[in-house]
Amino acid sequence: MAAAGATPGAHGAAPYRRRVAQGPLARTVLIGLAGIVAVLFLLLPVIVIFVEALSLGVGAYVEAVIEPSTLHAVWLTLLTALVVVPVNVVFGIAAAWCITRFEFKGKKLLITLIEIPFSVSPIVAGISYLFFYGSQGLLGPVLAAYDIRIMFSVPAIMLASMFVTSPFVARELIATMQVQGNEYEEAALSLGASGFKTFLKVTLPNMKWGLLYGALLCNARVMGEFGAVSVVSGSIRGQTNTLPLQIELLFNDYSAVGAFAAASLLTLLAVFSLLAKAWLERRR
Amino acid sequence: MSLRNLARLGLAALFLTGLVAGGVKANAADPAAPGSQGPGEILNVTYDVGRELFGELNPVFQKAWQEKTSQPITVNQSFGGTSKQARSILEGLQADTVTFNQVTDVQILHDKGGLIAADWQSKFPNKSSPFYSLPSFLVRAGNPKNIRDWDDLIRDDVKVIFPNPKTSGNARYTYLAATAYALRKFDGDQAKATEFVQKIFLNVPVFDAGGRASTTTFVEREIGDVLITFEAEVQGIRKEFGLDKYDAVTPSLSLLAEFPVAVVDQVADKRGSRAVATAYLDFLYSKAAQEIIAAHAYRVNDAAILATHATNFPPVELVTVEDVFGGWDKVAAEHFASGGLLDQAFVNQ
Repeated sequence: MAAAGATPGAHGAAPYRRRVAQGPLARTVLIGLAGIVAVLFLLLPVIVIFVEALSLGVGAYVEAVIEPSTLHAVWLTLLTALVVVPVNVVFGIAAAWCITRFEFKGKKLLITLIEIPFSVSPIVAGISYLFFYGSQGLLGPVLAAYDIRIMFSVPAIMLASMFVTSPFVARELIATMQVQGNEYEEAALSLGASGFKTFLKVTLPNMKWGLLYGALLCNARVMGEFGAVSVVSGSIRGQTNTLPLQIELLFNDYSAVGAFAAASLLTLLAVFSLLAKAWLERRR
Repeated sequence: MSLRNLARLGLAALFLTGLVAGGVKANAADPAAPGSQGPGEILNVTYDVGRELFGELNPVFQKAWQEKTSQPITVNQSFGGTSKQARSILEGLQADTVTFNQVTDVQILHDKGGLIAADWQSKFPNKSSPFYSLPSFLVRAGNPKNIRDWDDLIRDDVKVIFPNPKTSGNARYTYLAATAYALRKFDGDQAKATEFVQKIFLNVPVFDAGGRASTTTFVEREIGDVLITFEAEVQGIRKEFGLDKYDAVTPSLSLLAEFPVAVVDQVADKRGSRAVATAYLDFLYSKAAQEIIAAHAYRVNDAAILATHATNFPPVELVTVEDVFGGWDKVAAEHFASGGLLDQAFVNQ
């Protein structure tokens, strides 16, 4: 900006614009700035995770990773994603289908409702679940009468994760399906295909990419969720401690290598998600 | 409005039924070996930095219990801030025992949920506190500012680090210990004591939310001349960040910080785990356990064991909340209530 600003108007509008975009100096400065920001705020912190995790050597790192409660946390985190992502995929398809293919009263309201978990802090979600399903909560006495315990168990973690991540697939699909419109479905229906067949053969293939993308985002968010899960998990080691909770526990306990080793696992899971996304985009 | 909620609820309910059914089945499968008097596992809920201590204690208990009863037992652990832990138990976390670092957070299990008896402090020795600690000082190597006692904390050239007493139980002990010292010094003159504590607050450059954050401020950001936290933490930090980089300083007078324990009656009775839960807490008073606890820099009541770790435990005069302040209820009302003595010392800076 500053480089181009020296001679504004001297060459008219077009060269001015070209100089901002293509001038070698401006380009170097802009790319350099973006690079520095990326390195300082994104790359280095991630590298630090691995440096710290390996600070006492590979042996200590492996020992920290195969520590039973850390391994269990990895397993629980994966299990949660395995349950939550499919549920949110089904919910997302249903919601997007309903919103983009039908006209009804309160549609705007429904869209707003779907987006609530985006704007509500996860800890609020956790606490509201506690006040609903907890012993002293709204459903507490009913659940206690049947000896059903939801809070502080694996189902609680899945429920809270589901709430926090419920908009991801739906949002992605609504955008995709709104762009595509109804024409293909209408054509299929008018040619005599049943509703279900139309969905399978027309709607689903069209939304494929949006669906995969939404599921991947949802997956990344589920594995990293801390606030809501922290409230409802009870943090029982080896039972209800997810990877993010395990990281906090180890960090609070001055086990730097343990905390960073667990953090490196979570980072690797996230990187794996991103690689999967990149791979999918290339195939597209 | 209700459309999406209904859909979600329906889905969630469907799923839950499956999960809960699965969970219940799993639960039914693992505890209680045939012919046993109780479940094969108990849950001990404890404070956030107790991982190493209980990680060492639990296997010893598990082995002893199995030898005695020939029943295998697993002690599961939950770690977290004890106020949050207490809230979780009130909301249904199935804790057989609690081992906390705040008396008030055990008391709340009685007050808010009736989960334990009112006289829980008389169920185990030493007011149900198998070990204790006290607010103590951590200074930089060689003690360059020559900090020896609470009086040094009001000096102009000393920067003091401890967390915000409005949010941290740890810092409340520090506040009460400093107040107890000042009350002694000024012959019980509360106004002068408040002024003394206020001067300490003025020397605190940053109030972090919790003990761990204050440690980071002191150790990693290298702010301040003295960190005040529990003596056990002081030793833990030295062990973790370098015995040669920090020195421990014990003030002349401090406040007894109990680490109270209780069997959560309602849960234990329902699960049939009272015998093993009680045995677990009794075990914390045994010679074997007290030795481990003392090695983690908590003070124990067994004089012989205390003596073998004497270098870690310099003599200090300990006063109690009951003696100086008339109990936790009074402390809550007079000091920690909104507009109370803590606010007067804290806000006027």
